[in-house]
Amino acid sequence: MTKSSNHQLPESNLSASVIAAEKQLKKTRMLLLAPGILIILLIGILPLSIVLTYSFMTPGDYGGVKAEFSTAAYVQLLFEEDIFDETFSFTSSYLQIFGRSLALAIFATVASLLIGFPTAYFIATRTPETRSAWLFMITIPFWTNLLIRTYAMLLILRDEGAINLGLMKLGLIEKAIPMLYTNFAVCLGLIYAFLPFMILPIYASLEKLDFRLVEAGFDLYANRFKVLKRIIIPLAKPGIAAGCILVFIPSLGAFITPELLGGGKSLMIGNLINIQFGSSRNWPFGSAIALILMALVLVSLMIYVKRSGEKGASAHG
Amino acid sequence: MAEMTASVAKPVTVKAVDLKHQPGFSVVAWTCLIVLYAPIAVLVLFSFNENRSVALWTRFSFDWYVKAWNNEGIQNAAIISFEVALVAMVASTIMATMAALVTTRTAPYRGLNLAVTIINQPLMVPEIVTAVATLTFFAIIKKATGVTGLGYLIIAHTVFCIPFAYMPIRARLEDMDLSLEQAAADLYAPPLKVFRRITLPLLMPGIMAGAMLAFIVSLDDVIITLFVGGPGETTLPIFILGQIRRGVTPEVNAVSTVFLGFSVVFVTLIFLFGKNKK
Repeated sequence: MTKSSNHQLPESNLSASVIAAEKQLKKTRMLLLAPGILIILLIGILPLSIVLTYSFMTPGDYGGVKAEFSTAAYVQLLFEEDIFDETFSFTSSYLQIFGRSLALAIFATVASLLIGFPTAYFIATRTPETRSAWLFMITIPFWTNLLIRTYAMLLILRDEGAINLGLMKLGLIEKAIPMLYTNFAVCLGLIYAFLPFMILPIYASLEKLDFRLVEAGFDLYANRFKVLKRIIIPLAKPGIAAGCILVFIPSLGAFITPELLGGGKSLMIGNLINIQFGSSRNWPFGSAIALILMALVLVSLMIYVKRSGEKGASAHG
Repeated sequence: MAEMTASVAKPVTVKAVDLKHQPGFSVVAWTCLIVLYAPIAVLVLFSFNENRSVALWTRFSFDWYVKAWNNEGIQNAAIISFEVALVAMVASTIMATMAALVTTRTAPYRGLNLAVTIINQPLMVPEIVTAVATLTFFAIIKKATGVTGLGYLIIAHTVFCIPFAYMPIRARLEDMDLSLEQAAADLYAPPLKVFRRITLPLLMPGIMAGAMLAFIVSLDDVIITLFVGGPGETTLPIFILGQIRRGVTPEVNAVSTVFLGFSVVFVTLIFLFGKNKK
């Protein structure tokens, strides 16, 4: 744990060489950090400022932008310009997409929590061998291709998919229930996509749980539900918070899931951005939406950091 | 309440209960596991279906795999995917290792937190925003220089792979014992030799795990590739996306199954590397 060993040496003739070593250390640090930091600054952060600039410009005729200052991109979000008399009227169509994205992301987060917590608890209370088998099974979908998993979801939700065919075979339904291209499908897809993000951090905090506290709870005549509510859940809070943020953020910015499962009927913010940079080609408007999405994500991250900062930073990473 | 009175009345005969048990949790856990795997199982199953249908099972066959294997579009996409992922993996792992070496096991210094935040930045911005930002930036550069090519895609992949490569390397470094390196230094090994003979071999499992994570993350990427990739720079996921948009076929299932299998093998390897740590 000692950071340097120079305290063992006589001090008299060393100050100069210590300073030299310190300089050398700083130089090494700079050299080793430079490539990674510079490339992220250049490709990851600088372009964000371009997006900010673009959002205040005028759309070009064939994509791209014209260098004329305009706030139209932000006005467009809430107001529609009448082509004939150039008056603005309030429109909620974009707000609806934002509202839907928020609602779907919140719903997916809550549902993932309701499924993920019991699962994580179940895993954490197994024997070490069973535990690692379960963890492995949960980790695999975590790292496998999201596109393919979403496609798999599409396969079973279709009118000719496994769910509808199964229900028809059982005679429960006559005609296929259309499930694809609905908010339901998107929400299911989001839960399916990000559930492992909920389970793993909750597991991480439950794994450290001291079950003597649970025992003490029972000794004091608490029932199972009370032990869960008053002891286990409060102790798992950091994991729950981390899980919620890890599901909420990617859900809010989701693109593939609503693209494949929502179609044109259940657009989310991600699709709206894609459309502006694709077919309808309004880069400033697309940039403005991208920035708003980023702001929403940053706000939720800040709430998370502030909340979890109050109770130790044990679950970061 | 019933439990309470029971245990008060007959404290001696209370049978040994599993304190950790919560009713219904095991059902949820098993359901969760089934839900995670059922759609994938359906996908894999129908990739072996002889029929063109992805709904009705007729007969087992490898036809769609043969078709996929001979599909030129798939071959090209696979080659581009691997090219991009390999270069991005090597570049990001080297940068992540360098950065990890000076951001762990050190006394706090000015800019340390900032450096770590910057390295993790690609994880904090929604991918669609990064995609759009990179697209606009590269469009400006392409217009100014006229240079095109796969390089843009590779650079974009390298950037978002850095934090993924960084995580396991950093974790490994933090678990490492400093005393071996100190002993080597005490025996007058020059710093580079200490690094090459002690630090690097000890760090290797972390570097391998980081490299594999970077590789798989690059290979899986859809959104950034969709925006940044120029014409003819179709990676495997982009190809699959295009096929899905055109319609569901068992050929897509076959490619997806191979892709999934590949990921599973990779994740298993990462898992094993992680285990060796202890």
